[in-house]
Amino acid sequence: MDDLYRDYILEHYKRPQNFGELDPHDLEGLEHNPLCGDELGVHIRVKDDRIEDLRFHGHGCAISQASASIASEELKGMSLAEVGELDADWMIELLGIPVSATRRKCALLNLKVVKGAVTGDNAWPE
Amino acid sequence: MPPVAERTLDVRADFPILAREPGQDPLIYLDSGATSQKPGLVIEAQADHLRRHNANVHRGVYPLAQEADAAFEGARRRIADFTGAEQRGTIFTKNATEAINLVAYAWGRANIGPGDAVLITQMEHHANIVPWQILCAERGAELRYLELDERGELSLEALEQELARGDVRLVAFAHVSNVLGTINPVAEMTARVREAGAISLIDGAQAVPQMPVDLAQIGADFYVWTGHKALGPTGIGVLHGRVELLDQMPPFLTGGDMIASVDLEGSTWNELPWKFEAGTPAVAEAVGLAAAVDYLSTLGMEHVRAHELALTEYMLEGLAGVPGLKVVGPPEAASRGALASFTLEGLHPHDIAELLGREGVCVRAGHHCAQPLMRCLGVGATARASLGVYNERADIDALVAALHHSREIFGL
Repeated sequence: MDDLYRDYILEHYKRPQNFGELDPHDLEGLEHNPLCGDELGVHIRVKDDRIEDLRFHGHGCAISQASASIASEELKGMSLAEVGELDADWMIELLGIPVSATRRKCALLNLKVVKGAVTGDNAWPE
Repeated sequence: MPPVAERTLDVRADFPILAREPGQDPLIYLDSGATSQKPGLVIEAQADHLRRHNANVHRGVYPLAQEADAAFEGARRRIADFTGAEQRGTIFTKNATEAINLVAYAWGRANIGPGDAVLITQMEHHANIVPWQILCAERGAELRYLELDERGELSLEALEQELARGDVRLVAFAHVSNVLGTINPVAEMTARVREAGAISLIDGAQAVPQMPVDLAQIGADFYVWTGHKALGPTGIGVLHGRVELLDQMPPFLTGGDMIASVDLEGSTWNELPWKFEAGTPAVAEAVGLAAAVDYLSTLGMEHVRAHELALTEYMLEGLAGVPGLKVVGPPEAASRGALASFTLEGLHPHDIAELLGREGVCVRAGHHCAQPLMRCLGVGATARASLGVYNERADIDALVAALHHSREIFGL
């Protein structure tokens, strides 16, 4: 068993959840990982100040794609205020694998784009 | 002596980093395009200068200062000799990026204006794009790109057509592409640029470390490269410029060492090459780089090229056996430098680099500071294996084995 590329990570990479377009949508964002040029965008539909539905689109490595896929299920139904409070630890714990310093941005790209779309603050999550 | 093509170099013992302690992970270093490893004698030359000859340059009259002067200016002479350049036109910079910026600011601001065009190519490193973008935006000039063909090569006809438009003042291009590996026909290109009355700048960062470079034969107006990719230290780069042009240019960075005299109202500039070397230069690094080029000259650059060409052929064969792997750039080794950038279906370059790294195989993944080229190739990123004179067939075998292994981990 590989520490990083566990079966569920590869499963999410090969068949990511909630990927595609969502039209119409209320919020959207698009971010790049400057390290590799990878690109991840999101469409979010909002109802009663909560994320009703969302879809990611773009391309990236197994870590970034699996992170987005795994996060997407958790983000659905979350209030916008809660999304604004999410931090890097939330994502890393959710991912459940040891992420090295150089791959941290891969894991956090989806949270950066979602928080950017929701709060307008697209700083790298800390 | 056997013919060049049959000789292989065995220089691994010259590179201390390759002599790993037993029990340590093996080091299969395939990232020389990013930075080269250093021979022990380069490390020693730099250390010896600091231990025994260190003083500021161009200042002191005491014997130690004269030793430092002799070491620094001697390094310039050896480096200029290595590339067939004039000493007066050989300027030390921090790296190739700073050398290009020097030309863009000092030559560009004085010579580029509204209605003029700067021509670069789709295969350039960001270092040979961004300074021209800024210059053109500032001066109201146009920045145009020479396109690549499906082999990842430039066409001389396309260059001629661009030059025929009559507005091109400067053409800047890589000698060897850091992504495609393409070796450009630099002498043919500079000849056409010269005929059109324009100025040429060549980014030789990937060429100087791996093939004979004779600037007298290439005929560029400006040629830049960097020390750390050529077995030398970081923090030292080189600009070779045509002396008549450099003489006419205003300075770039200003301050100490680059002046002839300073009074309250103004200053006059030092003569070449010091006019372009403001502040205390990287003296020990220049000494280290001179040791590196002496080392390369002893090996013989034609032998370095032959060694790396044979390995590149071997690498392309090995990579061709990995299912789903696609190499970008010219298909045959003879048309490219000693590197291969590739994509692998079902495996992102970052994951490739991570998995290979665990087996001690060091490759680069990403856009290689060439995002316009990546868009042109239609890929977000590639993995890149680039060779140095210290690589051997076993390194390629390890690369190919690790790629097969990575595919297995991903269930491909």
